[in-house]
Amino acid sequence: MLSIKDLDVHYDDVQVLHGVTMEVRATEIVTIVGANGAGKTTLLKTITSIHRSSKGQIWFEGERIDHLSPHHIVDRGLIRIPEGRKIFPTMSVLENLELGSYLPKAKALRSESMGKVFDLFPRLRERTRQLAGTLSGGEQQMLAIGRGLMTLPRLLMLDEPSLGIAPLLVREIFRTIREVNHQGTTLLLVEQNVFNALDMAHRGYVLENGKIVLQGEAHDLLGNEYIKESYLGI
Amino acid sequence: MNFPGLPLLLQSIVSGILMGGVYSLVAIGLTLIFGVMQIINFAHGSLMMLGMFTTYWLYVLMGVDPYLSLLFSIPICFVLGLLIERFLITPVLDAPAHNQLLLTLGLSLFIENLALFLWSPNFRTLDIPYLQTAVTVGTVMISFPKLVAFFFALLLTAFLYYFLKNTDLGKAIRAASMEREGALTVGINLRWVYCLAFGIGTACVGAAGTLSAPFFYVNPSVGGIFVITAYVVVVFGGMGNFIGALVGGLIIGVAESVGAAFFPGQLKKFIIYFIFILILLFKPEGIFGRRSE
Repeated sequence: MLSIKDLDVHYDDVQVLHGVTMEVRATEIVTIVGANGAGKTTLLKTITSIHRSSKGQIWFEGERIDHLSPHHIVDRGLIRIPEGRKIFPTMSVLENLELGSYLPKAKALRSESMGKVFDLFPRLRERTRQLAGTLSGGEQQMLAIGRGLMTLPRLLMLDEPSLGIAPLLVREIFRTIREVNHQGTTLLLVEQNVFNALDMAHRGYVLENGKIVLQGEAHDLLGNEYIKESYLGI
Repeated sequence: MNFPGLPLLLQSIVSGILMGGVYSLVAIGLTLIFGVMQIINFAHGSLMMLGMFTTYWLYVLMGVDPYLSLLFSIPICFVLGLLIERFLITPVLDAPAHNQLLLTLGLSLFIENLALFLWSPNFRTLDIPYLQTAVTVGTVMISFPKLVAFFFALLLTAFLYYFLKNTDLGKAIRAASMEREGALTVGINLRWVYCLAFGIGTACVGAAGTLSAPFFYVNPSVGGIFVITAYVVVVFGGMGNFIGALVGGLIIGVAESVGAAFFPGQLKKFIIYFIFILILLFKPEGIFGRRSE
């Protein structure tokens, strides 16, 4: 579904990604784990054309997409839910969700998608009139995911969905993410919370200093000695 | 300092509110562009002047009623704004702020000098009898063109507010101004939104130009007179804040007009610059806070 080949990305003179090659297949949950600053967010931003690569190719459903504008990427169903949520703070919950279905295809199914989002996150239904900026961190994350789902994603990329959220809500959010996957959306999950991410995913990649150093079935990675030692502290 | 009597004070307040409507419209254009693009448009005044000249020439050459010329000045300025954004601002969007500032300042000098060359620095006025009329309410005299300007300025502001609040495109503009990355992730085309915001901002100031032409003089440097006040309004209301610009325009209009009643002619702007300095010193985010809309 998504295939990245030998990707290099620079910020000015500093190279952030070095020859990243990876793949996400339809209906999978794939996770990219790694420490802060490893280049995980940069990778997602490059996939969505917010950054440009200096070398390599990105393919989505058989088409090369690394020259497209960000809104064209969204229109194809490649959706990123950014780290830090980036919801529209002085708009209501409802308006945030409506803007998720801003593009024509998504707009045509607006009320249907909204119903699904409210089924996944009943808390949002109770707070449609509330300003998004006044929600708790966890609720904001739900809203960000809900807004992402409104865009009718084919591949949903989540950047650190558990960051800065109360543990109880983290569990709820992860449960919902899994539910979204069961309903047929492919997921690419970027996490510092290595155990939770690998526990949920089918496959995983470990990114260190902009390079992929390990990859494989999530279950195998969980048992891997290096990962246990460096990331799980066991 | 003079101490005006009650009738003069009332008169000043009414005149100030009417003038404030025009300031609001100019400031809303400025604050919209700043809110969405983080660019301070120094060419705003020159664009207002173009709106005034559009109205002036349409009347002089073709006999078009000045208020009817809104139907021309708004679309002309809108398209001009789109083109300026697309060809001059887009290339410097990622450049440091001082580059953007110099660019819009350069553009302003270019437009003003072109106008000087084409139309000379002469002060021109629209010589139409019905523009000289006034309505009297008690002791207060209300100039007809100022009343009309105020009415249309509020009408256009209400229209723009409705557009920003209730349409998908308007919401996209607000979304881009409060959270760029969020806007990108829902598929909003930021380059188009920037273009549109600049076009709308320019259309606002162009309309303000048309509305001012009936009671003010028209010459190539006239825009600065309104726009300098509009900068004060924008800072006062909070940069990027729509409601702040609207209310701020009215307040600054009254402050200026009442100031003129208290102080001799040369000092009439004293009060608004005094307010400006106080705001910058003690509440730099503006009375209504930054970008709440």
